[in-house]
Amino acid sequence: MAKTKQVYLDYAATTPVDPQVLKTMMPYLKEKFGNSVSLYKLGQESKKALEKARLIITQAINAKNKEEIIFTSSATESNNLALKGIAFANQKKSHIIISAIEHDCVLNSTSWLQKQGFQITQIKPDKYGLINPKDIEKAIKKNTILISIIHGNNEIGTIQPIEQIGNICEKKKIYFHTDAVQTFGKIPIDVQKMKIDLLTASSHKIYGPKGAGLLYIKKDIRIDPLLHGGNQEFGLRSSTVNVPAIIGFGKATEICLKKMKSESKRLTQLRDYLIQGILKKIPQAHLNGHPIKRLPNNANFWFAFIEGESIVTSLDQYGIAASTGSACSSEKLEPSHTLLACGLLPECAHGSLRLTLGRWTTKKDIDYVLNTLPKIIKNLRKISPFK
Amino acid sequence: MYNKKVLQHFKSPHNFGKIQNADGQGQVGNVVCGDVMNLYLKIGKNKKGEEIIEDVKFETYGCVAAIATSSIITDLAKGKTIKQAIGLNKDSIIDTLEELPAIKIHCSVLAIDALNEAIYNYLHKNKRDIPKELQKRHQRIEKEKQIIEKKYADWINSSKD
Ligand code: FES
Repeated sequence: MAKTKQVYLDYAATTPVDPQVLKTMMPYLKEKFGNSVSLYKLGQESKKALEKARLIITQAINAKNKEEIIFTSSATESNNLALKGIAFANQKKSHIIISAIEHDCVLNSTSWLQKQGFQITQIKPDKYGLINPKDIEKAIKKNTILISIIHGNNEIGTIQPIEQIGNICEKKKIYFHTDAVQTFGKIPIDVQKMKIDLLTASSHKIYGPKGAGLLYIKKDIRIDPLLHGGNQEFGLRSSTVNVPAIIGFGKATEICLKKMKSESKRLTQLRDYLIQGILKKIPQAHLNGHPIKRLPNNANFWFAFIEGESIVTSLDQYGIAASTGSACSSEKLEPSHTLLACGLLPECAHGSLRLTLGRWTTKKDIDYVLNTLPKIIKNLRKISPFK
Repeated sequence: MYNKKVLQHFKSPHNFGKIQNADGQGQVGNVVCGDVMNLYLKIGKNKKGEEIIEDVKFETYGCVAAIATSSIITDLAKGKTIKQAIGLNKDSIIDTLEELPAIKIHCSVLAIDALNEAIYNYLHKNKRDIPKELQKRHQRIEKEKQIIEKKYADWINSSKD
């Protein structure tokens, strides 16, 4: 039997490690294995490489000082640290504003904080997933300490007006955190210009290894650490530092920055080619998210009358990897909160499909999807009682 | 997540479609996740003169497990006497498929419900005695259906614009 073509279109879930990144990491897994806090040469070598990675990332987001970058184990940890860290460094009963389309780790951290006595407000987006900064301004109370808004949405790809929100926060003297997991390394970020106080990013979404994340914390902002121990990472994240992964993260960032302009242009073209192709070839297909203000690599649809897990499994049989926001595919059997927040009915979210492109996606891959998906949708609709 | 058997049935489901002028027809909805299943029956007689399920077809809007279990239930029901068919339960489906992820068991219940409803519908239409058990199930399913139907009315409208 001929081998089926493999097309990976789930880059928003995770990415393969770039070979160059792996090469940079290797010595630090082998001979240069020292602990970055040790005083002898082996340790200091690790320390040096770690600080180099920190510098790359400092420059990547135009932070002022290297010391503003805290390495963590994941974006989930960074988001937890940002929200809980700020909350506990402040008065109980303080107020926090988030959007209704945050990643689960932000939603669940804040609902936990709510149980601890903090007040949480969720701002609803419009049908394209766009948050209106005016709605945020209206929600601000006297005791609001933090506003946390996702930069580029992981599901529907909508990019928020971060700079406008940052300006509001600066004016009102409220801390501003953004979860930039999907935008970091893909579109320009300037924490000074955008008035961002805290920012989360992750390594494995940008062709670095899993197990490394970061939190940018602007100088002089006080937060409580989650982990107490040997005071690594300026006392904000105790744990032996995962040097090889962070070095990989640094290298991955460097490569992304170098390629950002050309790559985002290339991916945007491919993305639009995919979106237009699907909307044209498949009846009753709808785009989720914003038509223009969206991540260069994100396409998300819903198809009437069929269910997403069935679509994803069928695609898998053709070697195509994708994901869905359908209730049937979730652990809780609930449809995606993001799609519902955009006003989609649960039954429509049922037929959702996310395709996310990346560094190794080619036009040939997209053509393969454009040839395969209409057949799959047609077949599933044949089985469906709705037509 | 799914084993080979489930995937096979999902990939090439048996007996999908509609039976025109079906003798019995059942429609059920899944209150858990919003799945919908239709099942159609054609009733005939075997050599002994007992009524059997001569033909059966399904239409399903749902996940991989829902489609695979629909396909299985049609296989299991075909050729059975009505009494035997009523005796089928979700374990008959799971045994045939060898395993189903725990979170997907409710999808197999749906397939059983659809079959029960179609048989109920046939017996009812022909003014036959309906076993108590079947009546009870029917009442529960009717209740669940109301919830689902409301959900779907909204949905059909919204996708027409
Ligand atoms: S149909 Fe929804 S989980 Fe099976």
